[in-house]
Amino acid sequence: MEQIQQAVEMHNIKKTFGKVVANNNVSLSLRKGEILALLGENGSGKTTLMNMLAGIYYPDHGEIFIHGTEVQIRSPKEAFDLGIGMIHQHFKLVDVLTAAENIVLGLPGGVQLDRKKAAARISEISEKYGFEIDPNKKVYNMAVSEKQTVEIVKVLYRGADILILDEPTAVLTPQETRKLFDVLRAMKADGKSIIIITHKLHEVLDVSDRVAILRKGEYIGTVETAEATQQSLTEAMVGRSISLAIERPEVEQKDELLRVQGLTCINAEGVPAVRDVSFTAYGGEILGIAGVAGSGQKELCEAIAGLYHVKEGTVEFKAGTGFENIVGCKPDEIFKKGVSLAFVPEDRLGMGLVGSLDMVDNMLIRSYKNNKGPLVDRKTPKQVCDELIEALEIVTPGTSTPVRRLSGGNVQKVLLGREIHYNPKVLMVAYPVRGLDINSSFKIYDLLNEQKKKGVAVLFVGEDLDVLMEISDRIMVLCGGAVSGIVDPRTATKEDVGLLMVHAGGEKEAKA
Amino acid sequence: MNIDFISLFVAAVLAGTPLLLGTLGEILTEKSGHLNLGVEGMMFMGAIASIAASWAYEQMAKGAGFAASGFLSMLIALLAAFGAGAFGALIYSFLTVTLRANQNVTGLTLTIFGTGLANFCGELLGKSAGGFVTVSKATKAAFAQLDLFGLKNSASPVLQTISKLFFQYNWMVYFAIVIALLMAWFFKRSRVGLNLRAVGESPATADAAGINVTRYKYLATVIGGGICGIGGMYMSMVNQSGVWVHNCVAGYGWLAVALVIFSTWSPVRGLICGLIFGAFTIMRLYVSIPGLAMQIYGMLPYAATILVLIITSIRQSREHAQPKSCGTNYFREER
Repeated sequence: MEQIQQAVEMHNIKKTFGKVVANNNVSLSLRKGEILALLGENGSGKTTLMNMLAGIYYPDHGEIFIHGTEVQIRSPKEAFDLGIGMIHQHFKLVDVLTAAENIVLGLPGGVQLDRKKAAARISEISEKYGFEIDPNKKVYNMAVSEKQTVEIVKVLYRGADILILDEPTAVLTPQETRKLFDVLRAMKADGKSIIIITHKLHEVLDVSDRVAILRKGEYIGTVETAEATQQSLTEAMVGRSISLAIERPEVEQKDELLRVQGLTCINAEGVPAVRDVSFTAYGGEILGIAGVAGSGQKELCEAIAGLYHVKEGTVEFKAGTGFENIVGCKPDEIFKKGVSLAFVPEDRLGMGLVGSLDMVDNMLIRSYKNNKGPLVDRKTPKQVCDELIEALEIVTPGTSTPVRRLSGGNVQKVLLGREIHYNPKVLMVAYPVRGLDINSSFKIYDLLNEQKKKGVAVLFVGEDLDVLMEISDRIMVLCGGAVSGIVDPRTATKEDVGLLMVHAGGEKEAKA
Repeated sequence: MNIDFISLFVAAVLAGTPLLLGTLGEILTEKSGHLNLGVEGMMFMGAIASIAASWAYEQMAKGAGFAASGFLSMLIALLAAFGAGAFGALIYSFLTVTLRANQNVTGLTLTIFGTGLANFCGELLGKSAGGFVTVSKATKAAFAQLDLFGLKNSASPVLQTISKLFFQYNWMVYFAIVIALLMAWFFKRSRVGLNLRAVGESPATADAAGINVTRYKYLATVIGGGICGIGGMYMSMVNQSGVWVHNCVAGYGWLAVALVIFSTWSPVRGLICGLIFGAFTIMRLYVSIPGLAMQIYGMLPYAATILVLIITSIRQSREHAQPKSCGTNYFREER
């Protein structure tokens, strides 16, 4: 029998952060020339484990073998020297530099930078694997998928033969994902070994050869993809069997709650971020908002919530029997009327919650104005916090822990829980399940469906089309700040939505 | 109103050089992602260190009974000024890079420390020198104006004017210009410069790319501090002609911090900004507007600084902005 060559072997790896055990006795092997999917819930330690291969963290305990030799990886540089390249979830690129400059960053060579030579090498690599890349484009002018391409070329340029991709598809459209997978297969055919971290099961089944599963920092096992199903993988990952179907409860009564007409907003660079957007949101309905990242989703939500300057158009909100225009109202007035925004930004904490404050203080941000007298009432929000922890199963050492210390899913639950607590009539959620595992995601979907049943109009800005297709009653697609279509997910296909996202046939305007 | 533009230009260059040196030092520092508000303190340290070192060398020569060499004295002053500024910056880097202390507080403290230390040592030195401390004629001559290409006494008045405008400054003026050009090349064309920019923009990215972030931060901050110290030496050796004058740096370090913003972190633009601000500081001697109080002239550079800060914060650009990570300390394993 032919000997299987192992590109990476990790034995009994342990890593702790203070009291938190991120990885405990994890063993993992990656064969040469295979695509291994690393699957696990959030906080299961996938990224931590991979960061130890990439030299970002150093294991407390355990051995790492690369191509059969035991190694110590103390820094990212040593990882490169061993041929390991990691593409991080949050791109590590310098905005003000060009693609080529980012790619050659930190490499040895002559005193003077030879930009031409670098560009030639980059083109050569791009052609080999089928990338499209402009070496002289500045990173801040790039779309997300282009940035990802730069990241991949960066590690290939360094001669990496072991590639680690941390949730590479989270920010891509279905078309871009397919393109990426083609590239990955081309690299595999070229003999590269690839680890891909993801929790999208259909992608695991689509692209990987084997699947390694982590649960709560422990290694559960590795299975052949061919022998796995979505159900079996979920069970291994979560530790019990759960239903994978997202509910879409039907609500009988649908009231018009929000009417947006001709909404246009100009961003700081003078370019319209939202162009002539019109739609209606009904109570008892989830309106999905799809679009490539940076298509105006954020600006649209902020404009409705009174946080973004509106140039033209109206946002009418149901007040009593009639409608009133809420453009120009202050954010807290709009919030009091019942329009609530739960925005989960890429870094999770940037908007909505203050990372260094604890849960109670974060509740107070919404409620301190209701106090009588000069002193702040901390008892009521404390009670609310305790209720939320109970109801939403938030894992936290206590209400006085800074929210920054909680894991992503729990932070999102705190944010969403707070917004829901004030009984909004319109609830806008942006990327509520960003970076969350299946278990936590379903908890969030349940929360949203509950609101919907209560007659709330839910605006759901999402990035995972599969989810949007299942949970939404209607999907509005944005492209370059304009509405490119509103579709019924029961009849439309994913490809239809994907095409609307890039405005196929239309002019190219999706520049952030 | 009668303005002698040639004299104004020459005086502006002379007055702008210490500003330029302070600005260049701070640009280099900020490119590594560290905002060092201790420029004033480091300039003070450089100012006193240069005089003290020169003076000590001369005393030693006197004791040993040989004539002090002006050139050697100047070289010793230069090294001492650089070393003193670099030492101030080293304290700053140890606190902010290694111990991750707050950059603003550390920088301000460095300014207070440097100012106090320099004035204290200056007085002390003056006392032991019998009244006030001053360097010898030979050292002073090393900082005198030059006559490049020997055009000073040229027959042609045009050549004479050109010589006056460009070729008759002391060596430190040319030294500062060369540093500015070198730095421009370094940031734009060199590999190490690119790495340094990456460190200042996004240390996590630089770290992941295999760049030794700590080393870059230390080196840039310390060398930057050394350049600031040389700026201080200009104040004491050229502006005060080698005599220690109490509080001789007089806010120039703060002007330099503002100039970094005005020059949008570009060494070449720093040249022009240094010239403009140099002109502001000596305007009262060359542009006399009848009835305008002297104090108004004195206010000019500071008023201009406020204006500049307002203008630059209105005009936002991604390319000509402060390095993104400036002001925050980097810790790799932060979660």
